[in-house]
Amino acid sequence: MNKWFGRYHVLRDIDLTVDRGERIVVCGPSGSGKSTLIRCVNRLEEHQEGTVIVDGVELTGDRRSVERIRREVGMVFQQFNLFPHLTVLENVALGPVEVLKVPRAEAETRARVQLDRVRVGDQAKKFPGQLSGGQQQRVAIARALCMQPRIMLFDEPTSALDPEMVKEVLDAMLDLAGQGMTMLVVTHEMGFARSVADRVIFMDQGRIVEQNAPREFFAHPENERTRDFLAKVLPR
Amino acid sequence: MAAPAQNRPGAVPDEAREPPPPPRGPLAWLRRNLFATAPSTVATLAAGVALGWLLPRAADWLFLRAVYAPDYEACRALDYRAACWGFVAEKHRLILFGRYPWAEQWRPLLATLLFVAALAASAHPRAWRRWLLPAWAPLLAAFFLLLRGGVAGLSPVDPSAWGGLPLTIVLTAVVVAASIPMGIVLALGRRSRMPLVRGLATLYIELVRGVPLITVLFVASFLFPLLLPQGLRLDALARVAIGMTFFQAAYMAEVVRGGLQALPRGQGEAAEALGLGWWRAQRRVILPQALVLVIPSFVNSLLSTFLDTSLVTVVSLYDLTGSLRLALGDPQWRNFFLEGYLFVAAIYFASSFGMSRYSHWLERHLGRWARA
Repeated sequence: MNKWFGRYHVLRDIDLTVDRGERIVVCGPSGSGKSTLIRCVNRLEEHQEGTVIVDGVELTGDRRSVERIRREVGMVFQQFNLFPHLTVLENVALGPVEVLKVPRAEAETRARVQLDRVRVGDQAKKFPGQLSGGQQQRVAIARALCMQPRIMLFDEPTSALDPEMVKEVLDAMLDLAGQGMTMLVVTHEMGFARSVADRVIFMDQGRIVEQNAPREFFAHPENERTRDFLAKVLPR
Repeated sequence: MAAPAQNRPGAVPDEAREPPPPPRGPLAWLRRNLFATAPSTVATLAAGVALGWLLPRAADWLFLRAVYAPDYEACRALDYRAACWGFVAEKHRLILFGRYPWAEQWRPLLATLLFVAALAASAHPRAWRRWLLPAWAPLLAAFFLLLRGGVAGLSPVDPSAWGGLPLTIVLTAVVVAASIPMGIVLALGRRSRMPLVRGLATLYIELVRGVPLITVLFVASFLFPLLLPQGLRLDALARVAIGMTFFQAAYMAEVVRGGLQALPRGQGEAAEALGLGWWRAQRRVILPQALVLVIPSFVNSLLSTFLDTSLVTVVSLYDLTGSLRLALGDPQWRNFFLEGYLFVAAIYFASSFGMSRYSHWLERHLGRWARA
C-alpha cells in the first residue's frame, strides 16, 4: 500500500499482514509514518494506492464499508480525545447508544463494566476535565472497548502522560493483551514491546525497515538504521 | 550548624498554613484599587473632578428639577433647563404600542407580557427538552391571534397598525429563532467536503453579507410581492421578518463556523473512530461544544438584531423607535425629543443589559465542563 500527503510520499510500499490475536508494536523516529499507518486501518487517513483489508472487508471510499469496519476497530489517541461536555459514563456509553442502537440503560451498564475493567469505575459521574491524564486515557480505552471491537489501535497512548501515570495505562493495555485482543500499538515504550508484543516493526521514512519477534528484534537488529534507532531509544 | 528542618528524621510538618490576611477595610480597598500608583492616582483625581462636576448637574437636569406631569405649560416654563418627562407621561402609550387602537392596547400589553414570561421560562437549560419547541407553537399562535383579533370577540387589527415594543420584541425573537438553525445548516454546508454544497453555502453567505440590511428590507418589502405567485399576499411584517431572517442567517453561519473551527480535530476523529455517522457526530459531539463556545458571539448577534429592528421604519413599520418619531410628530411636544430618545434608549439599554447578563450566566452554567 502507498500513501501520499499531497506530493509527500508518506507510506512507501507497505506490505503487512496481522493475524487475529497478534500484538504488533510499531516504532520508529518521528515522521516515519507509523501513526499514519495505523490511521489507515480505520480510514482516518485514506490510501491512494494498494489495498487495505480489515477483517475480510476491503477498505474503500464506500461509506458503508468504512462504517462497518469502524465498528470492529477501536482506537485510542495520544491526546485522549474524550468528549469534555459529557460525563465519563456518557463518553463510554455514547458509541453503543448512537451506533449500536443499544438502549441507554443497557449501554450504561456495559459502560460501567468497561470502566471497572480499567479501574476507573468510581469516576463515572465526573467530567473528563476533572480526571488526571492517566485516568482519562483509561477512560478512552474503556470507550473504545465498549464497542466490543475485534481490533484495537493505539496511537502513542502514553506519550502525552506524565511518567508516573504511564504505568497504569500500560497495565490496562497488558490486561487487554492477556485477553487475546488483536492490537496494533504505536509507542516508544520498549519495555511494553518486549513483554507483550508478538512482533515489533521498525519504520523509517515511510517504509517498514525491519520486523521481528521482540527477542530477536532487540538482541540482533539486522538493519543499521534499526540499530541507530535502538541505540537512541533504549536505556543504557 | 543544625541540619535544615526538612532533613531531620521524622520532622516534616504536614499541615498547610493559612496565607497572611490581606489588608481589609475601605481605606485599604481605596489604596489598592484607586491610588496604587502615581498614574492611577492622577486618573482617580481627574475622574473624581469630572464626575463631581457632571453628576450633580445631570441629576439636577434629569430628576431634581424635572417636570413629571403631562403639563405642557410647565414644560415650556422650564425652557430646557430641566427634563420634561411630561412628554413621556403624555405619549408613552403611543411610544410603546404605536398606532394600535387605543382601546385595544391591553392586547399587545398582555401578549408582550406572556411572551416575555415564556422567554424567561425557556431560558434555563433545564427547560431545553424535546417538548420545548413544540410548546412554543401554540404560544406564538396565541400571540398573533391576540394582536390580530378577529376571533373570540376581539376586533380585527391589521398588522400594519402593530407597533412599538411588541413589534420590536416579536420581530427580534422570530428572526433570531429562525436564523440560528439556518445559520447552523449554512455553517455545516460551508465546511462540507461536497463542492456543490460548499459552493452554494459560501455564495449565499458572501452575497448576503455584502448587502446592507436596509437594502434587504426594501427588497423584501417592495420586490417580494412582485415575485410571489398571484393571489399569495404576505403582509408587511411577514416580509420584513423573512428578509431579516435570511440576512441574519448569513452572520449566524459565520459565528457557528468560528465555533466549529475552534474545536480540536481530535474530537471529530474520536467520533469517527467510534463509528458515529456524520450527522450523529455533529449532533452529539461537535455542535454541543461549538455552540457553547460561541455564546458570546451569538448574544452579540442577538443584541444587534434587537437594535437593528429600528430600521423597519424605512418600510413604514413602527417599532419602538418608529413610534417615538410618530409621537414626536405632535407639534406641541416636538421640542422634547431628547427626553423621548432617553426614554426609548433606557428601554433598549435595560433589555440589552438583561440579555447580556443572561448570556454571561448561560456561559458559566453551560461551560462548567470547560472550566473544570
